[in-house]
Amino acid sequence: MEREKMSLLTPSTALRRRYLHDRLFLLAGRLAAIASFSTIGLIFLAILYTSLPAFTQSCIKLPIHFEETAFSDENLALADYDMLVAQALARIIPGVTDPGEKEDLMGMMSPGAAWRLQQMVGSNPKRIGTVEQLWLPASADIDMLRKGKLDRTTPEQRRRLSKRQLKWYDQLNAEGRIKRHFNRVFFTAPNSTEAELAGIYGAVKGSLLTMFITLVLSFPLGAGTAIYLQEFAPRNRLTTTITVTINNLAAVPPILYGLLGLAVFINFFHLPRATPLVAGMVLSLMTFPSIIMASRNALAAVPRSVCDAALALGASRMQSITHHILPAAMPGILTGTLLGLAQAFGECAPLLMLGMVAFVGNIPAGITDPATVLPMQIYLWADNSGQGFPEKTAAAIVIMMLFLVIVNTMVLWLRRKFENSHPHTS
Amino acid sequence: MSLHIFFLMTLLTAIAFQLGRMRAFRIAVRSGGLRKLHSLPRHYGSYTALRFAVPAFILAGLVTLFADDIAMHLVWDNLPEQLRTLPEEQAKLMRQVIIHTSGNQSPPGNNASTIIRAGWQLKQLITIILRLGWTGALLLGTLSAGLFLRKIDCTLPARLAMEKFMRWILAACTGVVIFTTFAILASVAVETVHFFQFVSPLEFFFGHTWSPQMAMHTGQVGASGHFGALPVIGGTLMITLIAMLIAVPTGLFTAIYFSEYASSRRRHVLKPILETLAGIPTVVYGFFAVFTVGPLIGRLGLLFDVETSTESALAAGVVIGIMIIPYISSLSDDAIHAVPKRLREGSRGLGATRSETILQVVLPAAMPGIIGSLLLALSRAAGETMIVVMAAGLAGNFSFNPLKSATTITVQMANLVGGAGTFNTPSTLAAFALGLLLFLFTLTVNIIALHIVRRYHARYQEGM
Repeated sequence: MEREKMSLLTPSTALRRRYLHDRLFLLAGRLAAIASFSTIGLIFLAILYTSLPAFTQSCIKLPIHFEETAFSDENLALADYDMLVAQALARIIPGVTDPGEKEDLMGMMSPGAAWRLQQMVGSNPKRIGTVEQLWLPASADIDMLRKGKLDRTTPEQRRRLSKRQLKWYDQLNAEGRIKRHFNRVFFTAPNSTEAELAGIYGAVKGSLLTMFITLVLSFPLGAGTAIYLQEFAPRNRLTTTITVTINNLAAVPPILYGLLGLAVFINFFHLPRATPLVAGMVLSLMTFPSIIMASRNALAAVPRSVCDAALALGASRMQSITHHILPAAMPGILTGTLLGLAQAFGECAPLLMLGMVAFVGNIPAGITDPATVLPMQIYLWADNSGQGFPEKTAAAIVIMMLFLVIVNTMVLWLRRKFENSHPHTS
Repeated sequence: MSLHIFFLMTLLTAIAFQLGRMRAFRIAVRSGGLRKLHSLPRHYGSYTALRFAVPAFILAGLVTLFADDIAMHLVWDNLPEQLRTLPEEQAKLMRQVIIHTSGNQSPPGNNASTIIRAGWQLKQLITIILRLGWTGALLLGTLSAGLFLRKIDCTLPARLAMEKFMRWILAACTGVVIFTTFAILASVAVETVHFFQFVSPLEFFFGHTWSPQMAMHTGQVGASGHFGALPVIGGTLMITLIAMLIAVPTGLFTAIYFSEYASSRRRHVLKPILETLAGIPTVVYGFFAVFTVGPLIGRLGLLFDVETSTESALAAGVVIGIMIIPYISSLSDDAIHAVPKRLREGSRGLGATRSETILQVVLPAAMPGIIGSLLLALSRAAGETMIVVMAAGLAGNFSFNPLKSATTITVQMANLVGGAGTFNTPSTLAAFALGLLLFLFTLTVNIIALHIVRRYHARYQEGM
């Protein structure tokens, strides 16, 4: 019976099962590939979507009277700017007398409103005595309400805005006094405890200073080490041990470098903690291995014939390296350095160990000023449960990813250049 | 070093280069053409510049580094007897005060206290030492460059000297990198030994209570804190296991799909993307874990009526798993792709289906490479910090319930020393012991992985 059924044209049950198995296997592969790409796509979409509100800031238009009586003191910074804001509010929402009510009214504005006025008067004292209609930042709660992130139907006890504040908001909104402006503060200010005043410029500058130190330390030392190990060092046990050690160091968890930095740079050398200087030193320790490995690969990829030709024409060993091998390997070395720097740019575990978690409300001026870096700022904001901070965190992530995209584009460009520099190798 | 001095010295270095080059030219012309010179004029120039720069910069750097200490020493020796014989702790404070007062702008009056006068003295002395040192550095550099300039003649091998120097510099780079690495490892080992003077290794490795924060409050050191690392190690292993459970199947199947099924064009486009994904900062994944995965698990828990904690080991593990998928798929793809085509063709020729070929021929051949990639991913998952700091908990529960909060080695390290000011409490030192533990673990895993990968490469070279 079985024997009769068997034919080359109709697959047997066993063969069918094998085909089914084959198709399931392919399906599993496809699903896995789709899953791994779509999860990461999802992460980005989620972050991008969360970040959008942070790029705008709700402002309220107030008629500010810079009355001369308010500036009786010689020092303009001592004037009561909060009072100016309160008076302006009272002008557009009259009839508020109860102290609690007044507090609620002031609560609609950000503390940054008074600060903005102070800056304006400081930069142009002629304003005193004039009346201006100004767009001043609203508080984080009003901002969230404007962006539709605050639910009006929540019972009043648990709601962040009182009934009165909602009524005033509707009144101002109807008068066209509330508008969303591009959030310039976010790109120009240092960190702040108030979400509407917090910016990433301090962190970006800290990151750039740190990267400067990392580059200055790790590029010459890393490239120099690679050239020595690849071109000059005798091939013996010691060199092999060093090579193996460097390969192993590339996979050491980053947090350990923070521990090392803490023990040596801060505890032993007493360098100022939480500064770009120490952070850059620790991160350069972390990037050494990858720079050395990438540079050695780039040097090894240059065809030996180039070197031989130079030697045959009478160049010395050093000349054949500096004039021929190094220029050919440079794109590869730069690629490795850039990738190492990109890794260091996004790394914050070692800096956690160095005490860079402290709040820094200033923009660092130099490498020995207390500073924070972009990934650390993201970590700190993610930890902050205040209104508006999740959006800020997502926006900071978007900015950080933009930096990394730029670096990766540079790497791709260098790689393409490298591929063309020695066509006969491939 | 002040910026002015730095620029002045750089300028002088450039001048030294020109002087050396010009002198070599003149000598060459006098003795019958450039051919007569041993090296090119610019080699003489560079060597003259070096002769100036090396001693000058080294001396100036040393003076700048140590001026404060030397000045302090001199000031201290001039203080009255009763101040100099203070106990060490107070003397330290006193020196701090003197340094502080040295920031004063105006000279002290006649009836100012000894300390204020000492501060002023310190300030004056530092200025004098710096000026003297910098002048000395410039003189020394000029002297050494001048002596070399006089020595230049046709037979002087400037290029060889230059090359020797460059080689020496390159070797010094290697030395610096190797030395710092080892010095730093040694220092961590020393701190760990310190720690084991407070806490016995037996308690550390086999104790099952982890409450390091207690030691900070009581005055007596090491008497009250519990440093049993088992819960911490257990938490690390659990989170790593969850991560591997997520990442290994997904990563492996992605790699198989890429290398065996995807068209080469698709592979060329997707592979670099996958490699770029491996470079996403982990703090981004941490944010995702806190704001998306954590609440999702909480909601699922409510749905199935299971108690979950806001900081669960599951959330951290899942996100670490997502993070290491690119590592596994990229490295495994390399390994699978490197299996010679003839193995596949032989298997298909004998009638095996594609999946049978992959499972029974290709994967066994690529297995060492795949295991290597899995081990590298494992060490990355175990050492991951930001995701667990943000999404896992702090308390060292000794339970293996992934819905509860769990703690890891890295979380504890960050928590114990995050900006700590003192280094002699067992709780800070415990971070070093945990760090050494983590280091040894990842080192072992890496060595095994590299060993397997290397053996696999060797086998292929024979087989080709």
